[in-house]
Amino acid sequence: MSDPKIEGFELKPGFSGMAKDTASDQTMFKGVHWGKAMMWIFLLSDTFIFSCFLISYMKGRGSTIVDWPNASEVFGLHVFGVDVPLLLIAIMTFVLITSSGTMALAVKYGYERNKKMCGWLILATAIGGLTFVGMQAFEWSKLIHEGVRPWENPFGAPQFGSFFFMITGFHGTHVTFGVIFLFIYAYKTFAGHYDEGKRGWFTTMKGDYVEIEILGLYWHFVDLVWVFIFAFFYLW
Amino acid sequence: MSNTEEKKQDSTTHKIGIYLWIWGLLFVLSFFSYMVDWYQFQGMLRWSLILFFMFLKAGLIMAFFMHLFWERYALVNVLLWPMTAIACFIFLMVSEFKYTVFTRFFYFVVGG
Repeated sequence: MSDPKIEGFELKPGFSGMAKDTASDQTMFKGVHWGKAMMWIFLLSDTFIFSCFLISYMKGRGSTIVDWPNASEVFGLHVFGVDVPLLLIAIMTFVLITSSGTMALAVKYGYERNKKMCGWLILATAIGGLTFVGMQAFEWSKLIHEGVRPWENPFGAPQFGSFFFMITGFHGTHVTFGVIFLFIYAYKTFAGHYDEGKRGWFTTMKGDYVEIEILGLYWHFVDLVWVFIFAFFYLW
Repeated sequence: MSNTEEKKQDSTTHKIGIYLWIWGLLFVLSFFSYMVDWYQFQGMLRWSLILFFMFLKAGLIMAFFMHLFWERYALVNVLLWPMTAIACFIFLMVSEFKYTVFTRFFYFVVGG
């Protein structure tokens, strides 16, 4: 949400504005906090990493002549005497979307300088993320008990295991780090670091609620990646 | 200073309604994509529905939760154009796996 007016100058919108921003011999992302621009660049590089994983999964799955395991059976759960396909993954998806929504609201309340709402919503996001990681740990241990290994599995093509552990593991690592930072930022919000402009640990940057938006970008990205993993790995 | 801060606030907060709407839509779309598996649609119908819901969800998250809809084009274009490289990569690897699976079938049937 860039500021359309900088130091009194009205910035042009649209593509002509883009040409002017890029050719201005000044900062290119006008009205965008440098931390936010850097987070976007990081997320772009992360997009490439996850794309490489998903593309190699596509290539592996497409070029094997052994049948691929049926995801809706492999990830199904047996609850109350009924087999529900893909149940755990569906719940994980809803948990992650819930936490994404609370994060979006936290960013909004942060910019309104509503410390309490912002802090509680970040905490809710962190707890949602923790639930997600917990369910993923359950899913991993369940599959490992059933004999899924990176080199073999009882359901079909042996590549399934390595792609599963690599892709969901890398995503789960992202969620884990996100949860750690969410707890830290919840503390910082409640402690009022963003109201007072208190400096962080490794930076001379003064604390500001824009940091909540930067954290939010990371968290929404984790959700975004899950959308693609859910579609390609679990549903396809 | 306080003047610029006030101005910043005008441009950076949106009404809560938009977030709640997008949130609700994401739930509905996730539910629909789960239904694709529930009813066991197969073939082209399954794949096109999965892709449709996936891109809709991804677009909503990026546009509204990540605020790209309100960002300046300089940032939006820097982020979205590199995706065409990924699209090229996908295209290359699709033709690659088709070739690989063809040679595997061919040599398993005909023999080396």
